[in-house]
Amino acid sequence: MPRTRTRALLMSAGAALALTAGAAAAENLRIGLASEPTSVDPHYHNLGPNNALARHIFTPLIEQDASQLLMPGLATEWEAIDDTTWRITLREGVTFSNGEPFTARDVIYTVCRIPLVPDAPSPFTLYTRAIAGLEAEDDHTLIVTTDGPAPLLPNQLSTFGIISASVSGAEEEVTFSTDGCTGVGDAPASAEFNDPAFAIGTGPYKLESYIRGEELRLSRNDSHWGDAPAWEEIVMRPLTNAGARVAALLAGDVDMIENPPTQDIARIEGDGFTISSGLSNRVIYIALDQGEAPTPGIEGDVNPLQDARVREALALAIDREAIRDRLMLGLSEPAGELLPAPMFGTNPDRPAIPYNPDRARELLADAGYADGFSIVLGTPNDRYINDGPISQAVAQMWTQVGVQTEVDAKTFSAFIADRNGFNFSAYLAGWGAGTGEMSSPLGALVATRDPDRSLGGTNLARHSNTEIDDLLVEALQTVDDGERERLLREASALAMDTFAIVPIHYELTTWALAPGLEYEARADQYTLGALVNPTGE
Amino acid sequence: MVAYLLRRLGQSLLAVIAMAVLVFVGVYAIGNPVDILINPEATENQRLEIMARMGLDRPLWEQFWVYFGNLLQGDFGRSFVYGESAMSVILQRLPATMELALFALVLAIVLGVPLGVIAGLKPDTMTGRGIMAGSILGFSLPNFWQGLMLILIFAVFLGWLPAGGRGETTEFLGMRVSFLNLDGLQHMILPAINLALFKMALVIRLARAGTREVMTQDYIKFARAKGLSHRRVVLVHVLKNIMIPVVTILGLELGSMIAFAVITETVFAWPGMGKLLIDSINRLDRPVIVAYLMLIVFIFVLINFLVDVLYSVLDPRVRLAQRGAQ
Repeated sequence: MPRTRTRALLMSAGAALALTAGAAAAENLRIGLASEPTSVDPHYHNLGPNNALARHIFTPLIEQDASQLLMPGLATEWEAIDDTTWRITLREGVTFSNGEPFTARDVIYTVCRIPLVPDAPSPFTLYTRAIAGLEAEDDHTLIVTTDGPAPLLPNQLSTFGIISASVSGAEEEVTFSTDGCTGVGDAPASAEFNDPAFAIGTGPYKLESYIRGEELRLSRNDSHWGDAPAWEEIVMRPLTNAGARVAALLAGDVDMIENPPTQDIARIEGDGFTISSGLSNRVIYIALDQGEAPTPGIEGDVNPLQDARVREALALAIDREAIRDRLMLGLSEPAGELLPAPMFGTNPDRPAIPYNPDRARELLADAGYADGFSIVLGTPNDRYINDGPISQAVAQMWTQVGVQTEVDAKTFSAFIADRNGFNFSAYLAGWGAGTGEMSSPLGALVATRDPDRSLGGTNLARHSNTEIDDLLVEALQTVDDGERERLLREASALAMDTFAIVPIHYELTTWALAPGLEYEARADQYTLGALVNPTGE
Repeated sequence: MVAYLLRRLGQSLLAVIAMAVLVFVGVYAIGNPVDILINPEATENQRLEIMARMGLDRPLWEQFWVYFGNLLQGDFGRSFVYGESAMSVILQRLPATMELALFALVLAIVLGVPLGVIAGLKPDTMTGRGIMAGSILGFSLPNFWQGLMLILIFAVFLGWLPAGGRGETTEFLGMRVSFLNLDGLQHMILPAINLALFKMALVIRLARAGTREVMTQDYIKFARAKGLSHRRVVLVHVLKNIMIPVVTILGLELGSMIAFAVITETVFAWPGMGKLLIDSINRLDRPVIVAYLMLIVFIFVLINFLVDVLYSVLDPRVRLAQRGAQ
């Protein structure tokens, strides 16, 4: 008798387990994050994990789809009336999760608050500085004026979520001015947003609880204006160690993880899990110092890298397909530009840079380096997917064509200090185009260094070509999309033809999901729980 | 006793200050935190603005002077990453770490001491040799690998325990703790074993060596001759005498378990201080790193002091010597 009872108990416990598991699968989504957001405040830290989290709770005026093309968010329409004036039509009937209506006042308040966020380590002023005037024509129409033509304004407006003016303590009347707004009241500190009562937005989810380092819970916002997401509740847990993240997925602790390590993907798929991967907006490139001789790591009072033939030789010496197949296990795409097609400003018919070691040796001989030279390749070893091994492979490939290459691999924080101090003649790094169009990588990596024009900020190779600069500056002042794209394409082609910079590949971003779930890979690499769906049965 | 305490306190203060200077300069030498925190698309002017706000544009000595001045007023600075008080960011994580370390300590003692005594009493039997062989494994297998194996076996293959995280917590004395509910306990078992294995191996070795040594002493022979049961001889006379080295070592090890459970916390995604330290080092969050290490020095000093007190409880000779000195 006792034995039967135990078995009956066990069986009912099993049945109960099965039931809760089934119910949980339909209502909850548990995500293992590769890196944790530093705050719930959408305007505190302009960084991937923070921006991805913000998209759940706060909606921007304009949203980006999976390939970063713009689509309506809280704004239904935006148009340039002339070169420096934009009319933005806001969505009607939208309410915040506390029930208050969304109006133009909230937008003005948000733009006013962004420069006031205390201690922001990476503020969003980057995206609001083009705005010179912001006025509400009525509750649902905004007129934005800019100092000069600002064709990227819609892209910039897609980077930050709108917060509630009333909850943040604004007065009835908020007016914008570049010298300081009025009616803003005391701008809230970022830490206040960690409180669910304060983190009020118009997004598909509401903040339920937030324990730093442990977990973040979101619950569905039933008053959201857009499509209702599939999950009642989303739980995000930071699982920064890749092995632990994979284990948590395999053990069923989470339903979805970010960035499974490339070498584990076959095993994860073999166990019946789903892998979703797609091109990201991030290019992995090698920058070659083109400043005056001497340059660090190359002996003598010469800088061979100033010669475009030498740069071309180094570009042709890299076997991008071997890197893709053997190191990245298929999770990269060989690059011929700084942004993958069909993103805005790319030349879709331009192939990846071919592998041609013979031509590389010829070019080196033509440039007077038949016997090669030696160089040090700097690289981070914990920042990009397989960054250290890629550099090792490139070093071997360069050595094969006669350029003796030594790798100097460091942790990212040490690498970046050296890089920004111009201590490398050649370094490997990555660039993600936040705006999703070509002016971002060209302006930062290729344009002549010029802080006043905000150009060449990461051009630590000191490349300088006024022709590219002129095309780029013109593009940045051209509001017409077709014309701007033509200019950007031309600038990109020119930069690639002169080997201003040597792209290697575009990273593919990968997610692993429990069986029965699907997620469309996003170029911006954001993990958006609201867009994870159960596969149709 | 008071003079002794004061001397101890002075020494610890010096240690804390020396450590703060070293770490401050060290982190400064690695690089500029703004380069890591800022979005690469930001302009040069924004970068300079942020550096000025964090005080990073000033010379090193001036930065340290400002920091030290604030420190004297009890202000440990604001985290560069979180924008909140560095000490409060750390203290939020303290309970999780303490809980895990204490649980692991209990495991190490409760399992390690009996196993060590058994191995010491029967050194040449299968059991004794088996225990010693096991302790060698505990010593030599890398902590990291042990953790992943534990996860693989108990979470992935068997599915008995969760693979990581902290699970549900209960409010206890104003802190959130895991050990008061089943889900939390389940989450704590694997990381605690991972953290305890090495210490347990250490305890087994100490207990075994102690037992073998004590068993040959005259007072044990005398106790035997007096007709005491084997049980009483082992549980009272042997156990008490082998505890002194065990307590010393575990005291020191507890400090390192609290401060540097980094690997376990990372592998099991346990939201403790060790994980915060690693994250902060990667982001060059200097205020958090410095405050953390100062806290750790303080904890070490405190534990050493408690070990000394415990000594005198366990060993009458220490007590007598102190009394004699007075």
